[in-house]
Amino acid sequence: MTTQEKLVGYRRDPDSHPPLDSPEYRSTALRHPTQPLTLLPHRLTEITGPLLGPGRVGELDHDLTRQHAGEPIGQRIIVYGRVLDGDGRPIPDSLVEIWQANAGGRYRHTGDRWPSPLDPNFDGVGRTLTDADGRYEFVTIKPGAYPWRNHDNAWRPAHIHFSLFGRSFTQRLVTQMYFQDDPLFGQDPIFNSVPEHARSRLISRFDLDRTQPEWALAFEFDIVLRGRDATPLEDDHG
Amino acid sequence: MAELPTTPSQTVGPYLHIGLTWDDGPYVVPEGTPGAVWLRGTVFDGAGQVITDALVETWQADVDGRFDPGWRGFGRSDTRDGGYAIHTVLPGAVPGQAPHIDVSVFARGLLHRVVTRIYFPEHEHSDDPVLASVPPERHDTLIATRTDDGYRFDVRIQGERETVFFDV
Ligand SMILES: [Fe+2]
Repeated sequence: MTTQEKLVGYRRDPDSHPPLDSPEYRSTALRHPTQPLTLLPHRLTEITGPLLGPGRVGELDHDLTRQHAGEPIGQRIIVYGRVLDGDGRPIPDSLVEIWQANAGGRYRHTGDRWPSPLDPNFDGVGRTLTDADGRYEFVTIKPGAYPWRNHDNAWRPAHIHFSLFGRSFTQRLVTQMYFQDDPLFGQDPIFNSVPEHARSRLISRFDLDRTQPEWALAFEFDIVLRGRDATPLEDDHG
Repeated sequence: MAELPTTPSQTVGPYLHIGLTWDDGPYVVPEGTPGAVWLRGTVFDGAGQVITDALVETWQADVDGRFDPGWRGFGRSDTRDGGYAIHTVLPGAVPGQAPHIDVSVFARGLLHRVVTRIYFPEHEHSDDPVLASVPPERHDTLIATRTDDGYRFDVRIQGERETVFFDV
């Protein structure tokens, strides 16, 4: 984005997001601000954002099953979708980063010590750029559920972490993608921190049409970042 | 066009480093850039404990206060070593505002990023409209302090001297 473009802010979307103070997710207790947030009307710094792409994404970064000599264990899946803004416009050439546990629910991370084996053929990290229509596609394996210590016998439903930049600082989003009908949803305070009406937006859709016969299942996950205000900013200086 | 509801935010969780760490993440500008500084700080929780599973991202104008194509403007650093470190240059003033850096903080336990701004001690702040919207007694939470190799800006998520966070 250049400074010559018309300065237009972004619509606010507080109804979509979890409250920072979500007591059921215990780690929020000491990690949420107690002072009210200060409203920041959008100016130039908020409506611009980094162009991170070319040179940052390797040829096989979108295929998490081909990053080692052998193939990872697990159910091979295609995860694809579009990155759109809140007006339905595709966001092209935008960096999408993902990370996830392996098929047994274990992360390749020194902090993850639960007794489920690492997979020597799986790192669980992927990157890609959206195409001209905002489309992205990853090939990976379905992550397993994993235990954590939030409450008695707590398990995270299977999920893939997603990081999106969009076009502006304001559109930045980090989220998690889930799978339909996960029996662990009911006891997961992270999934349930999202207002009930918005939770379904985090669940990917099984797509039989996009499965590859004798190769991979497919799941569609569209991501919507904030849309623009109808009118330009009053302060022309940004 | 019809309005689409936005995708909800979720926490980065404790394993953010797997997906969000880049070798060149801290380098808004390359080593050796004239005028480059290290911007360092610690992220604290409400009990005053150091948060080591946070990610700090910065976005800023160039030295002339511009966001031209080709300007990276972006830095990211995790805090596993006890703090974050971003190698950058001081931004110029964007028209109508004092020089500033927009900051996102992500962490386990944060279901949505929190956003703050870094201002610098040597600049005039009296005309800045964003600082003007913050009670004067909390301004110091938004102003970095000088160090040997740059600046220090700590983030206090909660509690005493809580950092001012913005609703963007
Ligand atoms: Fe996770």
